[in-house]
Amino acid sequence: MTTLTTARTTPGERIVPGAERTLRNRVTLGQAVSDTLAMARRGLIKIRRTPEQLIDVTVQPIIFTLMFTYIFGGAISGSVAAYLPVIIPGILVQTVITTSAVTGTQLREDMDKGVFDRFRSLPIARIAPLAGALVADTVRYLIATTLTIGMGLLMGWRPGGGVGGVLLAALLVVVCAWSLSWIFAFLGVIARNAGSVQGISFLVLFPLTFLSNAFVPVDTMPGWLQGFVDTNPVSHLVTAVRDLAGTGTVSGQVGVALLSCGAVVAVFAPLAVRSYMKKA
Amino acid sequence: MTTTAIEAEGLVKIFGDNRAVDGVDLEVATGSVYGVLGPNGAGKTTTIRMLATLLRPDAGRASVFGHDVAREPFVVRQLIGVTGQYASVDETLSATENLMLFCRLNGLKGAAASRRTRDLLEEFHLVDAAARPLRNFSGGMRRRLDLAASLIAQPPLLFLDEPTTGLDPRTRAQMWETIRRLVATGSTVLLTTQYLDEADQLADRIAVIDRGRVVAEGTADELKSSVGQQSLQLTLAHAAQLPSALDAVLDVLGVAATPSPEARRLTVPVADPARVTDLLVRLRGAGVDLDGLSMDKPTLDEVFLTLTGHATTDAASPELEEIPA
Repeated sequence: MTTLTTARTTPGERIVPGAERTLRNRVTLGQAVSDTLAMARRGLIKIRRTPEQLIDVTVQPIIFTLMFTYIFGGAISGSVAAYLPVIIPGILVQTVITTSAVTGTQLREDMDKGVFDRFRSLPIARIAPLAGALVADTVRYLIATTLTIGMGLLMGWRPGGGVGGVLLAALLVVVCAWSLSWIFAFLGVIARNAGSVQGISFLVLFPLTFLSNAFVPVDTMPGWLQGFVDTNPVSHLVTAVRDLAGTGTVSGQVGVALLSCGAVVAVFAPLAVRSYMKKA
Repeated sequence: MTTTAIEAEGLVKIFGDNRAVDGVDLEVATGSVYGVLGPNGAGKTTTIRMLATLLRPDAGRASVFGHDVAREPFVVRQLIGVTGQYASVDETLSATENLMLFCRLNGLKGAAASRRTRDLLEEFHLVDAAARPLRNFSGGMRRRLDLAASLIAQPPLLFLDEPTTGLDPRTRAQMWETIRRLVATGSTVLLTTQYLDEADQLADRIAVIDRGRVVAEGTADELKSSVGQQSLQLTLAHAAQLPSALDAVLDVLGVAATPSPEARRLTVPVADPARVTDLLVRLRGAGVDLDGLSMDKPTLDEVFLTLTGHATTDAASPELEEIPA
């Protein structure tokens, strides 16, 4: 009986019979990580092969940052320069979170392809095809984050938190976007088609990002709305980013944002993985 | 040690009010090629998907090398390779990138993954196209890559769901050759097909499946002989001698032959092959010249028609399309 040590599959070589193999009953953590990395590598190749799918993370940060700053700057803060410390963290959060919704749409499209059948038939960690796609998508968040911050700096934003504060702020936004992308991954798994994922995602995102402190001071809003805005996790994230970038202080808001992110992952990652396996 | 690769009992899968698979029993011996033959919508793909842990059965049980597909799916996945009806490889990746991905997912690292990828590309004649994205691949190349990806882990059991549907005859013959070589290395293969000649050519045993049920099971020969007797085909040199040939058949074998005058041919049902000699002697005596003769067993087409009451080209019912992969 030959062994499996040789890598060749040429005909004539005997295949090890099922009864003589050592079989594992579950995935180890190490395997889950390496499977996820293999899937992430696939995601990165896909991003490289289809650059047109990067339009949302390249064009949107540039246009939105320009538009919002010059339209609202004078009205809200008296001048564009005074508005920049308010709007750049706000638009950063809004843009990157919006980007995380695209993850769900693309996942849905991807799952309809035959290759997902093969993933399901392989002895790999169940979570890998999902987690890998989500890990690869952090590249998209990094691009959107870099471009938004770069636009701000070009337009004269001089954050008081310095390089360290801005980098921490960027990291926090990327982490939060990644956590939120599990919600959209879940929607992507349970939805019937990519179009409906997009529809539902924007229905959720639009109020969340606009009914926050991202664009305007909260005290200009009616009292009942302030209640919602103050509890909206997006507001906490925006405040945390303003503190980090503006003054370099790690405020309690960072903790609130990270805790919310942890809760989102704890709820939606198992939901997404379970529905994904059921869909098989 | 078990010698049974697949055992299935009473498998049922219901989609809405459609009983796509309605109590399928299968037993596949290790090292054999098992053919599941049936028209579109008969439940072949759904059966394979249940055996390959891609779908949960609604009732019944199945095991692969003694491991239950519902209770030990992770173990079963280490023992199988699945090549679907629609190529299950990544369209945006090149052939090399696809194989490297599946090598890594099968636990091969760095140099070992590259070596296995190179070997498989060579074996499946994909070296020249290895770096191109799959978008430009022909159907045959895609199937070959798909099969190559299924072989990375050298699984002892391979599921091939309609491996040659949509391929041109030459590519189809190559695919058959590949499947035969695989079996020679000790693999067990379960393949589904709509093509009767494919089941006939490749499979040691065949299950005929129709409307979610196994309607017949056995070797190709058993299935054919269960349907009817053999027949003798006689081609005459001269059409004018047809009447005397008919007389000879009636006289020697006691049955009426079916003439097809335009082809100068007679089809004679034969219950006892030994008596064909008597008939041939008699024909020579009567001065009837023969151009050709052959003994024919019933074709699987006829088998299918007899077993199911409808021809193979007839789907069980139009809305019973197989579940897309």
